[in-house]
Amino acid sequence: MNPRRRKLMLSVTFIVLGMGVATALALKAFQQNLLYFYSPVQVAAGEAPTTRPFRIGGLVVAGSVKRDVESLAVRFVLTDTLREITVDYEGILPDLFREGQGIVANGRLRPDGTFEASEVLAKHDENYMPPEVADALTAAGVQLPYRAKNTAP
Amino acid sequence: MIPELGHFALIMALCMALVQAVFPLAGAARGNVAWMSLARPAARVQLVFLLITFSALVHAFIVNDFSVAYVARNSNTMLPLIYRISAVWGAHEGSLLLWILILGLWTFAVTVFSHHLPEQFVARVLGVMGLVSIGFLLFILLTSNPFIRDAFPPPDGADLNPLLQDLGLVIHPPMLYTGYVGFSVAFGFAIAALLGGKLDMAWARWSRPWTVMAWVFLTLGIALGSWWAYYELGWGGWWFWDPVENASFMPWLTGTALIHSLAATEKRGVFKNWTVLLAICAFSLSLLGTFLVRSGVLTSVHAFANDPARGVFILALLGVVIGGSLALYAWRAPGTFISSSYGLFSREMFLLVNSTLLTVAMGAVLLGTIYPLIIETLGGKVSVGAPYFNSVFIPLMVPLVIVLGCGAWARWKSDAWDRQWQHLRFAVFGSLIIGVLLAAMLDGAGALRTALGVALASWIILSTGILFYTRTRSGPDLLTTLKTHPRSFYGMCLAHVGFAITIIGLVITSNYSTDLHKRMKPGARAELAGYTFELTDIHTITGPNYDATEAAIRVWRGAKIVTELHTQKRIYRVRDMPMTEAGIRPGLTRDLYVSLGEPLGNGEWSVRLYYKPFVRWLWLGALFMACGGVLAVTDRRYRQIRLQATDPQSVIVAGATAKP
Repeated sequence: MNPRRRKLMLSVTFIVLGMGVATALALKAFQQNLLYFYSPVQVAAGEAPTTRPFRIGGLVVAGSVKRDVESLAVRFVLTDTLREITVDYEGILPDLFREGQGIVANGRLRPDGTFEASEVLAKHDENYMPPEVADALTAAGVQLPYRAKNTAP
Repeated sequence: MIPELGHFALIMALCMALVQAVFPLAGAARGNVAWMSLARPAARVQLVFLLITFSALVHAFIVNDFSVAYVARNSNTMLPLIYRISAVWGAHEGSLLLWILILGLWTFAVTVFSHHLPEQFVARVLGVMGLVSIGFLLFILLTSNPFIRDAFPPPDGADLNPLLQDLGLVIHPPMLYTGYVGFSVAFGFAIAALLGGKLDMAWARWSRPWTVMAWVFLTLGIALGSWWAYYELGWGGWWFWDPVENASFMPWLTGTALIHSLAATEKRGVFKNWTVLLAICAFSLSLLGTFLVRSGVLTSVHAFANDPARGVFILALLGVVIGGSLALYAWRAPGTFISSSYGLFSREMFLLVNSTLLTVAMGAVLLGTIYPLIIETLGGKVSVGAPYFNSVFIPLMVPLVIVLGCGAWARWKSDAWDRQWQHLRFAVFGSLIIGVLLAAMLDGAGALRTALGVALASWIILSTGILFYTRTRSGPDLLTTLKTHPRSFYGMCLAHVGFAITIIGLVITSNYSTDLHKRMKPGARAELAGYTFELTDIHTITGPNYDATEAAIRVWRGAKIVTELHTQKRIYRVRDMPMTEAGIRPGLTRDLYVSLGEPLGNGEWSVRLYYKPFVRWLWLGALFMACGGVLAVTDRRYRQIRLQATDPQSVIVAGATAKP
């Protein structure tokens, strides 16, 4: 093999090797960090995993938000209008968390069927409905008054 | 009347873009000098029309012309003037108009600073940029016209999203877009070189200052965005691996690979194909970024389907740009991968390794960003969180940093291990000692990670320092010696040190930030990281377009008052939307950060308290990188060409030598 060839081979080998390592890293990280979304109906039907975290979303039921008087613990109920699920969270809720608002929570399902949220998300727009929530509601047969449109940067 | 004038000027700009694209490109292909010479005037007239268009929209915002639908949706009579102006680029239509205006400005800059280049080449560059302009102008005119009137104008506008009513947002998008669009120049140069079949070292030299300048703006734009998110979102985060951020980070990674690859192409004539490919990628990713962020695709693929015309147009435009340029690349790129010889242990090799690492990192970010979109079109719902990005990205950056230290040192063509070792061993031992000491001294879960990060940063700083020292110690006196080195050398040193500063900020603030979420009422105290936070007062405030509750928090260190912070919870009246204004005490080694949560009844509020060590270093490093870039662009060898160009004789010589 002439030197030019050898260098070409080496370069190609390096690139292929780099890509391979990166792909392996990516796939491994993917397996561990993909968060799937489930609606309250799917959770009620037992489709959601009990061993790993996932996302859940729906509307916050009016009058369901209960705060602990001592700590920052809060409990509220999410619905997709068909089924409900109780969510527990400890911490400060996002600015746009309101009763009646569509929100998304990341966390785990407890054996008693309540959801322990590690993070609660509400997007920064008063018209905004998280797309997953919008889809879950549409699937539940709700006519949405508006279609989600995000204007955040 | 004025909005119609703006609309008309936009159409005229499209006509000029057509002239700028068609005649110069055709002229360059047929050798028609008259057609080629149309490029510069057409580009300049186009800029005039774009300025008229943009001014018309700014005017509509300033005078509160709510008969223009776009103004009505994004402004309000109570909105302060500065935000009425920045509201121009607060949503989709206006930000595209800003994009095209910046393209016009870059094109204009090319017409001014290109007199040393062969006429045919300039014609092609401007022609390609004209094609890009046509695509965007058509997109604006056909699907996203900001001048459309509403037959029944509302009495007042719907206000700008409160999140965007901030000084950071006044400057962040223009800066970011200047970076994005700047890569169109690198793209134009690359396509022009492919069309002309002259992919040589001269091409790399011409292209380099433009590419570095675009990269400087992009660096500043990303840093500004991170800083804005930090203080505006109210919970102290500075990078979220959010798709919107990734959209700007991917062109940056590719752009960083590109400027380094260009260096090798300019100095040694190697990696020509790779460099051209990177230039095409950087611009394609900029386009993707622009559209991803503004079209709403990222929130949901369905948002795309809401407006099929826009969606189809975007896909078509991306398809034409990416597909067309890659096809041209496949057809015209020179056949050999390695065009000049270099050793295994040479600067070329190190640069190649690093640009590969950067590209692979970009690919990982791209995968994580678009994977949810792909799954969604297939009917699933999934999100890729920050842990994915961290666990893929960070392992790739470790070898990158190690190689960076060696690469900056290595000689072109070939170098010897022992020569490097002789100098670099100090940096190796120095950074190892720092790492081991830190690992022994620090405690907490992040001690090892911090030690590794700081050791890597020290490796960059020490190896750069030694390089600087050995280069400048010989010679009669320091000043003359300093003058003998090109500015690009100092630029490189500065940028690399900046990168190290960012790494230090990143690892320390990620591993040693502490926070406390607490119920507080006036008089309550909380301890965090050796500081005492006392909520002294809560009162209400009325702003121009919002009502706010403001909390005053006094911070003590022992018996000494450090500062008093003010944080607000605002309710913007028009949209009835709450917003948090954080109270921050910045410092070189730590930020104290407080933000008001929600009222809990009985005069109690939830309050977030943060202690963020070294967080400023993140943005300080970016500033260093940008300054390094500017220093490199002002290098003598780029300026000399410009001076020579005033002499007509040398223009011909320069043009002749550029021929293969």
